[in-house]
Amino acid sequence: MSYIKPPFRHPDLPLNEVGYSKKDYEGVISTLCAGCGHDSISGAIVQACFEMSIEPHRLAKLSGIGCSSKTPAYFLSNSHGFNSVHGRMPSVATGANLANRNLMYLGVSGDGDTASIGMGQFVHVIRRNLNMTYIVMNNGCYGLTKGQDSATADEGSLSKAGSINHFQAIDLAGLALELGASFVARSFSGDKTQLIPLLKAAMSHQGFAFIDVISPCVTFNNNVGSTKSYDYVRDHIETLSMLDFVPHESEIVIDYKEGDSKTVILHDGSLINLHKLTSGWDPTNKDSSFKQLHKSREKGEILTGLIYIDSASNDLHNVIRTVNEPLNSLTEKDLMPGLDALEMINEEMR
Amino acid sequence: MSENSIKINDFVVRFANVNGTGSASANTMFAKAIFRMGLPMTAKNVFPSNIQGLPTWYEVRVSEKGYLGRREGIDLMACLNPQSLAKDVLSVSSGGYFLYDSTKVLHKEFIREDIFYIGVPMMEICIREYSEPRLRQLFKNMIYVGALALLLDIDLEVLKSVIADEFAKKPKLIEPNVNAVMLGINFIKENYKFPLNIRLEKRDLVGNKIVIDGNTAAGIGAVYAGATVAAWYPITPSTSLVNGYEKYAKRLRVDAETGLNKFAIVQAEDELAAIGMVIGASWNGARAFTSTSGPGISLMSEFLGLAYFAEIPVVLFDVQRTGPSTGMPTRTQQSDVLLCAYASHGDTKQVLLFPSTPSECFSMSADAFDLAERLQTPVIVMLDLDLGMNDHMSEPLCWDETRRYDRGKVLSANELDEMESYGRYLDIDKDGISYRTYPATHPTKGSFVTRGTSRDEFARYTEEGEAYVRNMEKLTRKWDTAKLYIPKPEFYQKQNNSKIGMLFFGTSLFPALEAMDMFKEQGVSIDAMRVKAFPFNRAVEDFIKQHDQVFVIEQNRDAQFRSLLINELEINPAKLIKILNYDGMPMTADNIRKQIVSHIIVSSAHSSN
Repeated sequence: MSYIKPPFRHPDLPLNEVGYSKKDYEGVISTLCAGCGHDSISGAIVQACFEMSIEPHRLAKLSGIGCSSKTPAYFLSNSHGFNSVHGRMPSVATGANLANRNLMYLGVSGDGDTASIGMGQFVHVIRRNLNMTYIVMNNGCYGLTKGQDSATADEGSLSKAGSINHFQAIDLAGLALELGASFVARSFSGDKTQLIPLLKAAMSHQGFAFIDVISPCVTFNNNVGSTKSYDYVRDHIETLSMLDFVPHESEIVIDYKEGDSKTVILHDGSLINLHKLTSGWDPTNKDSSFKQLHKSREKGEILTGLIYIDSASNDLHNVIRTVNEPLNSLTEKDLMPGLDALEMINEEMR
Repeated sequence: MSENSIKINDFVVRFANVNGTGSASANTMFAKAIFRMGLPMTAKNVFPSNIQGLPTWYEVRVSEKGYLGRREGIDLMACLNPQSLAKDVLSVSSGGYFLYDSTKVLHKEFIREDIFYIGVPMMEICIREYSEPRLRQLFKNMIYVGALALLLDIDLEVLKSVIADEFAKKPKLIEPNVNAVMLGINFIKENYKFPLNIRLEKRDLVGNKIVIDGNTAAGIGAVYAGATVAAWYPITPSTSLVNGYEKYAKRLRVDAETGLNKFAIVQAEDELAAIGMVIGASWNGARAFTSTSGPGISLMSEFLGLAYFAEIPVVLFDVQRTGPSTGMPTRTQQSDVLLCAYASHGDTKQVLLFPSTPSECFSMSADAFDLAERLQTPVIVMLDLDLGMNDHMSEPLCWDETRRYDRGKVLSANELDEMESYGRYLDIDKDGISYRTYPATHPTKGSFVTRGTSRDEFARYTEEGEAYVRNMEKLTRKWDTAKLYIPKPEFYQKQNNSKIGMLFFGTSLFPALEAMDMFKEQGVSIDAMRVKAFPFNRAVEDFIKQHDQVFVIEQNRDAQFRSLLINELEINPAKLIKILNYDGMPMTADNIRKQIVSHIIVSSAHSSN
């Protein structure tokens, strides 16, 4: 079945700066289970894109395979989407980005798609600092194949069927940080006040922006004993800071005391204001980010918020020195070197 | 012992070297000098999967008749490798010559009564002339080139011109190299009768031809075809294809003002990522390609199915090597035919192109980009190690001035505005090819989700059997359309002369044509057809129908191409006879001749003459 939303729109829906209503950022009706965390994330993406006044067609959404990877159909219907193969979204996003550096790229993946089958591509897309936002909708299990443990399931976590996971969890945020990701964050699908500004900051970041979003699976991993259930996450969440995203043209109002707030300027001139900072942590200092992550892990807390940012990193296009205009806009005139050059090549081979 | 009769411009010289000693460039200069004397020659590098130390051979065949295949039988062996010496002595044809380093006396067991020995004390000369060990090694190579120049009557001025070009970027090296050549020449002059009975005479037989390897030619083809994204993972024997692309893109595609690149090359983490990047870039409207060999094709198969089903252009070069598994990575074979033709799970079929010469590697490389975008599907260009990595005498690289890129059916914003509705997989023209849109074309029209799951004509997810079947049938219609666009086969007779035919593709061209001549000399006429593409178009089917017996010549064990013909064209298997070679060496004409002779129905061969 294919679910299409009715095209009806209330005539008085508010419009954003580029003349779109929030409806214009929606997708087809979700086929995920009622209460799925992923749908909340889709909603946050819609809200963030609307508020940022992104022209939907200037964004491409890509995914791998799994419940999470179905979601690009459920937001931004006016964007091109690519639901690719399992664990390989990063390479498809890399190619797409190489072809047109001027679009925004939003990759959606899951914990199976990223931490298991797609681990290699995840690692290498970070290494290349591809200019994209990479979201993992992390529920600690394989939903679409009925609830097997994934590699992000915590050791000792209990599955719905009653079996205990004996393997260590892969901490994707910690891994991304270790690998040199230039933007690392973690959030919770149930905390839109945090997730929306984080998404905005990630999409404004020039370089690879990673957000690990804990997103409970209501059907297979929301039981007592699971460490990815709504209740468990709410009880164990530890927020690094409160965060505002300030688009570059907005007035900056700082209403927090100096010392417990910090402002990070992004490449496009936007600002991230962080307040009520956890002491001893500075999001532009990788060492302090590592320490915070380790500390919270030892305490059994789920650390959320912006964990690390390097707003001056060099993305893939800058490293390989491609021209400023999108490669897909170059024409035969730019690309075909001509007959004289070919005759010269022939002559060299004689 | 008697010397063989004089053979002008028709012999094989084989060099036995140690990998990593700089012999390759000396051997190449030897071959190039022969070419510049106006003589057709073919060079084969037989090398190990190793960087330094193991035996490596280089074979040059000169053929006034213009045969460019490998030939068995070594007329002169230049042996510079003690490791392989015992075997090398045995490989010389009776009456042939064995050139060796006589600094040390050759052991008695290596003396054959039926061949001639030419000892040149190369190391002794080097120790006398040079003090640095590295120079001794490098110039030793040029000393044997010099010795051979006099023995075989290579024009010294031509050889000097080759050396000057070889070191054009390091002109200081020209004179010392020429001097080393002279050391070899002088030694022969003083000690041996020259020239030998095998020797060269200048001719004017190469016209405007060039000497180039197929990988470089294909890489240049990708530059000319407008490829802007290359993603790849290193693998022998395909690596030099992307290297070729990079070399010429750096020369021809760097913006003069900014110094920025009008191309992007990414060395991927594996072949899966390489083809994923190509798919992403093609989806987003850039011309993109990757290059690999058999093991890479195995890894890319999942993505090839996605590209086939979601209808995304892909250009993929498969420089085939000896499988299965890691096989013999540095030996040639045509053994990925079935793997590529049906790459991926489910009902998939992939378009294949089969170039035979470097010139075709160039033109088919460009064709592949047009075809992939016209047909919105992967196109796999099937080279092999022999074509890709060996230098071949070839027609020059040729680009038709009037040629324009065929970007296929892609809608612009204006075209979308004029449409009532847009469906990515609607078959409006009834040719199985739908209209694409690139991302960001239009603010509100033309967007859709590309997916490997089943969908309807409007790209909406569906699991309805009818919609699935409609889609699969549309893909079949497209497959039939492809037959109209792909290159037609080439025939080697104006009209059929015989009831027997031979069918071949890729590098089997060279020995096949030579075998055809061998039969002609014996009064046996065989018609020949070279297939250049899959799917098979009508002309391929007709040729088989018109003959009682068709010899299918290919370089793999399982007669894969023959299977493909039987499967696709529903041909009686008894009619198609396997002519195979799969030892990792390029096939020879003599091998083909012997195999055909054992099958031939003599009466039918003569019937229509």
